[in-house]
Amino acid sequence: MSKMPAEATANGTHTPHSEAPMTTFVSQAGHEPLPKLPPDPVMETKALNVFYGDFHAVHDVDLAFGRNEITALIGPSGCGKSTVLRCLNRMNDLVPGARVEGEVTYHGQNIYAKDVDPIAVRTHIGMVFQKPNPFPKSIYDNIAYGPRVTGMKVDSMDDLVEEALRGAALWDEVKDKLKQSAIGLSGGQQQRLCIARTIATKPDVILMDEPCSALDPIATARIEDLMLELKDDYTIVIVTHNMQQAARVSDRTAFFTAKPDKTTGNRTGQLVEYDLTNTIFSNPSDQRTEDYISGRFG
Amino acid sequence: MSLATRTASDAVTASLTGKSKDRDVRSMVFLGALWFSLFFGVVVLLALIIDTAIAGAPRFDLQLFTEYESRINRDGTGFRAGILGSVWLMATTALMAIPLGIGAAVYLEEFADKKSRVARIIEINLQNLAAVPSIIYGMLAVAIMGLLGYVYKGIVLGGAFALALLILPVVIITTREAIRAVPSDIRHGSLALGATVWQTTWRNTLPSAVPGIATGTILGLSRAIGEAAPLLILGLATVRDDPTGIESKVTALPIQIYNLSAMSQLEYQVAASAAIIVLLVLILGMNALAIFIRNKFQRSW
Repeated sequence: MSKMPAEATANGTHTPHSEAPMTTFVSQAGHEPLPKLPPDPVMETKALNVFYGDFHAVHDVDLAFGRNEITALIGPSGCGKSTVLRCLNRMNDLVPGARVEGEVTYHGQNIYAKDVDPIAVRTHIGMVFQKPNPFPKSIYDNIAYGPRVTGMKVDSMDDLVEEALRGAALWDEVKDKLKQSAIGLSGGQQQRLCIARTIATKPDVILMDEPCSALDPIATARIEDLMLELKDDYTIVIVTHNMQQAARVSDRTAFFTAKPDKTTGNRTGQLVEYDLTNTIFSNPSDQRTEDYISGRFG
Repeated sequence: MSLATRTASDAVTASLTGKSKDRDVRSMVFLGALWFSLFFGVVVLLALIIDTAIAGAPRFDLQLFTEYESRINRDGTGFRAGILGSVWLMATTALMAIPLGIGAAVYLEEFADKKSRVARIIEINLQNLAAVPSIIYGMLAVAIMGLLGYVYKGIVLGGAFALALLILPVVIITTREAIRAVPSDIRHGSLALGATVWQTTWRNTLPSAVPGIATGTILGLSRAIGEAAPLLILGLATVRDDPTGIESKVTALPIQIYNLSAMSQLEYQVAASAAIIVLLVLILGMNALAIFIRNKFQRSW
């Protein structure tokens, strides 16, 4: 909660005047105006509710994630955006006591249906975490891990490793030390390795949970460039605390907030507004969105 | 410098210098008491070791390792049977305790529902089991051997049962700690790539936990190698043969030391003293190896 005003002040771009260049930048990314909602969604959530034990964490979220688009989930801490993200590949199953109601569909199939195997879901919908988490293995083995555990048919693992590392813009930096431990890489390189590791399993969707929050600005810029390249091949959903980042990379933005329950005081996350990133940052329709992006609350 | 400034400066100097309050009589007495507490244990242990080493000094020779216990050649009596017996016992104990201990720990950490009543009862009782006197495990091993139909229980298998049961709680507890030290980020990273819990454990968590598991197991074995009580209950006695299998009659270094030091002949007592030093070196060596593995391979996340 307390982080946002400081961040906004430091960035200093949240007054209506200085927003203009930012939105211009975003509009350069899309050549023709996009429809308000993705016409061909890869994933959708329908009346998604998430509970941790008795705690109602997320209330009635309806979202659609467009093919080859980057969708940003933004909002103050505790607004449920990470929870929603983790529902998209059933990583929330790992939290003891977590319960999901409603539907999350992937190409029309509800991934919370009874006969769906969460392991299989995760091979289609990959995830990159907040803190780079390379395995304590060689760079090569990090990349080969996913294809090996999922039993992917691979003609040449060497080629696949190279392809994944090139895809994550890491190949030139590590091609001579593939057998060295991944722990020796810098934070930014580790995060790109984690992205490479994810794309090696050839997923359809990549979820990113604040992928740059542990990185310096240069490493952050490289990851953002990478995201813009990756969206040609993948559908990307990113949770971010950094509104500039959302404005720079995303096509659509969903703004979440937390509403305290009148009786218990528990804060339940809800979706306030979902629209083109341009619209969210230049002409939001909800007052709360405008307050948040202009740094008046958060 | 004005007079006023100089006076102030002198006052400061006076307040900062002089006899420290940390050096008064009461502080020094208290410090002395702390030093005494620190050295009491160390000095007693050191005196014991030096005394034993001096007593055993005449017998630090090759025969100590190569010869069996002898009533005729008392000066050349050796601990071959005990040393080889202890090696056999340790190897068999390790073979039993390590897979069982790791298996139990992996189940408790990675698969069991940690909030369930059963898991909590097991948790508490593992700590209790680690504190059970070793002789109780000896009696348990006697019962197991009886059930298996062995009349003479002083064999490698019986001793290994007792010692494996003895160190199992230690192996389980240290393995759990080693597994717990692997951050959940790593597990989640693996699961997010489509790996199963089993693959994640086998390919990621366990390899990362190996140094911790090795350290705990070696410390457990170094406790087991010095045990005599559970083996005495099993009836391990003097043996004049090398063990050849898990059903061989066996003795152990601590058992031999116990038997020989109780004899009246001086030669035996000298030999026992020398064997105590051998046993100590063995245990210290194992502990050193455990510490080495921990420092060299343990990862900080």
